[in-house]
Amino acid sequence: MTSGMVTVAYIAAAILFILSLGGLSQQETARRGNLFGVTGMVIAVLATVPGIRAGGLAVLTPALVIGAVIGAFVAARVAMVQMPQLVAALHSFVGLAAVLVGVASYLDPEAHLEGTERTIHEVEIYLGVFIGAVTLTGSVIAFGKLQGIIGGRPLMLPARHWLNLAGILASVWLGYLFLTAGSPHGGLVPLAVMAAIACLLGVHLVMAIGGADMPVVVSMLNSYSGWAAAATGFMLSNDLLIVTGALVGSSGAILSYIMCKAMNRHFLAVIMGGFGTAGGTAAAAPQGEVVATSVEEVANLLGNAREVVIVPGYGMAVSQAQGVVSEATRRLRAKGVNVRFAIHPVAGRLPGHMNVLLAEAKVPYDIVLEMDEINGDFDETDAVLVIGANDIVNPGALEDPHSPIAGMPVLEVWKARTVVVFKRSMATGYAGVDNPLFYKESTRMLFGDAKKMLDGILQHLPA
Amino acid sequence: MRIGIPREIHTGEKRVAATPETAEQLAKLGYTVAIEADAGAAAQFYEEAYREAGAAVIAETRALWAHSDVVLKVRAPEPHPRLGVHEAELLREGGTLLSFIWPAQNLDLLERLKARRATVIAMDAVPRISRAQKLDALSSMANIAGYRAVVEAAQHFGRFFPGQITAAGKIPPARVMIIGAGVAGLAAIGAAHGLGAIVRAFDVRPEVKQQIESMGAQFLELDFKEEGSGTGGYARQMSAEFIKAEMDLFARQAMEVDIIITTALIPGKPAPKLITAGMVESMKPGSVIVDLAAEQGGNCELTQPGDVVVRHGVTLVGYTDFPSRLAAQASQLYATNLRHFLTELTPAKDGQLVVDMEDEVIRGATVIKDGHGTWPPPPPMVQPIAPAAPPPVVPIEPGTPRRARRAGTLIALLAGAAALALIGSYAPPAFMQHLIVFVLAIFVGYQVVWNVAPALHTPLMSVTNAISGIIIIGALLQIGSASMAVVALAAVSALVATINIAGGFWVTQRMLSMFRKE
Repeated sequence: MTSGMVTVAYIAAAILFILSLGGLSQQETARRGNLFGVTGMVIAVLATVPGIRAGGLAVLTPALVIGAVIGAFVAARVAMVQMPQLVAALHSFVGLAAVLVGVASYLDPEAHLEGTERTIHEVEIYLGVFIGAVTLTGSVIAFGKLQGIIGGRPLMLPARHWLNLAGILASVWLGYLFLTAGSPHGGLVPLAVMAAIACLLGVHLVMAIGGADMPVVVSMLNSYSGWAAAATGFMLSNDLLIVTGALVGSSGAILSYIMCKAMNRHFLAVIMGGFGTAGGTAAAAPQGEVVATSVEEVANLLGNAREVVIVPGYGMAVSQAQGVVSEATRRLRAKGVNVRFAIHPVAGRLPGHMNVLLAEAKVPYDIVLEMDEINGDFDETDAVLVIGANDIVNPGALEDPHSPIAGMPVLEVWKARTVVVFKRSMATGYAGVDNPLFYKESTRMLFGDAKKMLDGILQHLPA
Repeated sequence: MRIGIPREIHTGEKRVAATPETAEQLAKLGYTVAIEADAGAAAQFYEEAYREAGAAVIAETRALWAHSDVVLKVRAPEPHPRLGVHEAELLREGGTLLSFIWPAQNLDLLERLKARRATVIAMDAVPRISRAQKLDALSSMANIAGYRAVVEAAQHFGRFFPGQITAAGKIPPARVMIIGAGVAGLAAIGAAHGLGAIVRAFDVRPEVKQQIESMGAQFLELDFKEEGSGTGGYARQMSAEFIKAEMDLFARQAMEVDIIITTALIPGKPAPKLITAGMVESMKPGSVIVDLAAEQGGNCELTQPGDVVVRHGVTLVGYTDFPSRLAAQASQLYATNLRHFLTELTPAKDGQLVVDMEDEVIRGATVIKDGHGTWPPPPPMVQPIAPAAPPPVVPIEPGTPRRARRAGTLIALLAGAAALALIGSYAPPAFMQHLIVFVLAIFVGYQVVWNVAPALHTPLMSVTNAISGIIIIGALLQIGSASMAVVALAAVSALVATINIAGGFWVTQRMLSMFRKE
């Protein structure tokens, strides 16, 4: 294949990638979009294969087959609750690939560059390896936190900002050594040391971030993996890699921005980490008594309601209650009760996580609404069920300027006639903030495992 | 311990202190429950249902009282017409009574009960704090009275409530004025508004304005500043000037409205006279006044407590038993209040009553403890209805002022431009071309990703995961290298990138196929 044809194939692939992201703007076109992405990937790989230097195919084929089998196996088996973990794991692979390709590119004896071009090429390698290494270990830690292998509490080392700064300065200095290394592979040692430092940096960055900020972290790592791919593209002078990396990088950045906005927090403040450990005492302690309720009362309430809104949170995913929620929704809707779902942008551990879980449980997506779409309707709502959510329905965010989550946009469930909160105990949410919602007069608490409680309610609803 | 529920003996009283439902729940608290025959019949709760709920039915009144450690009643004890003995004498020595007592008006009753060494809990003395809401029988009864007042008004009013335009002519909507926006007043507003009337309401406490408006009524305001909020959620008596301004308002309204419902009470005092004979006379013939304060003398000068009279063509409803006129509903709510109170009194759920005088709510409601008078309780510590709180301060973002922010943007732009200029002056042209592609791609990504539906953010992440597997191209270009190290590295990166591609696309497709419309 001529290099012209390869370029044409790359252009086609780039356009198909853009279309695949564009397809996600609507449910109706989303699946087609994904197929565009697959097509683009196949075209890109097929166009590159003929250019492979002799003997490569023998090594390549098994690698591709093994990788495809592992990927397909994992994708077919993963439960939707574990999507955040899977996404984090896949990020780490991109990071790993970026590091390996960077090192290989440095070692490749067939590259003959001189002068400025050589310097630029080496800077690109250096940057690609750096970003790749941070992405790799950061994602591994994120995976561990999401999977529960590593505790969700932020790790607060003393002088942690200085540690990060020292790591970056050391990397810059090693970069100077790397560029000025005389012999052909003399820069390998600084490169390896820098990679190790970058790995530590990735670990430390994500360790310092609390569980509630995981959506931001995962989308940030999504962004990093894109930049790593783009840096690799520069290194290899490959425009398709640059375009794809830039697409992914900006996508992740936008998601991080949306998440931060939904928590009313500054991106840097999230990345600097440590949320949920300070400031919690300043908020006024709510007054009053919580009123507990029973399964029978809630079933009765739902049976007599006309407008019901369900607010799911991560707790629903933890207790695997989405199936029961879906069945209860189906029965109530059959009775003519208008049941809808309200999704806060940071509900769950991944942007859009709740939507996927509800879709898996066969809740039709047209009754699953975003915060802005439904916040005006709570006045007219008879009953709100808050299932495993806490901070995203905290009225303190709007009413109490001293609250650590002050100013965060929240679902204004307390405007409804009755709010039923499903909760294991009176513990605070991830933000560590007490929730005045529980003490409101119209709030009823249903203590216990959400799934068991919902099972009980289901028995009181006609099939 | 054994709980007994006697039949109410007050003339016309139809309520009962336990329903089959609450009887069952009391049994769950560990009590043995017995009820006098026909106690619930007037409220449509029959013996069969009580038996099914596990309660014993005892026909003989004396036997029931003698059998019971705890007696639940609605009305305060009074002389039994059939047995010729005061109910207080029927209570066993050292027994416990939960009922309405009205201790201020019934001092001799308290003496009789003390002589029985009884423990007496007055359901009308439950402190009005938010924790005690589920025990607050006065609110339950006031709610019913407010609703029933509107029903009585409609019964005596000769016209529709809602306005209509019919083939036979136009019907104006009824105009209703409600005085006093406590629980009863608010319930009346809701009921009248629900029937389609135009409702206005007045209250001396300005902080209830929002509650009045939320129920669908217009709040009548005075051009006069004076706070009327007293302790315990009740209004207090106002100054002479205020009362004059208030009376002027009522006089003007009386000429306009068709129905007046008054609910004004001041604790421990006779009801204030708000509607004078002159105002009644000025009302249109056929108008109705429902006086919910009739038992305390009435808010209207012409009210006949306990009766319905017509004066100057206006019907004055002065019933004193509104809750009893909705006996089934009133019994259900009152019995539930009692059940909640017994739950508080039975912390171990073992059928053993514990009167914990350290508990603010129990202390407030207990008027006699083991024969010793404990009334009146110390004043409530918490203001029940918050005084008009200052509007919540919406936190203003502590960000930098606008100008500074704009300057910051400018600096960032300049720095960016400088960096680009620096790269441009040193970098080879090939690099610059890649840079163009890179920057354009970022902008394309920015435009495309903002359009992604938030519901699809998880598929977005997995599909971007998949396409970032494009890094495999790098591995493909290196894999045929002469250096074994390079080949090995390239093989591993091809492998992990393939995992990404296959896994990412597959799981995205799996997710997307789950999204379905109804």
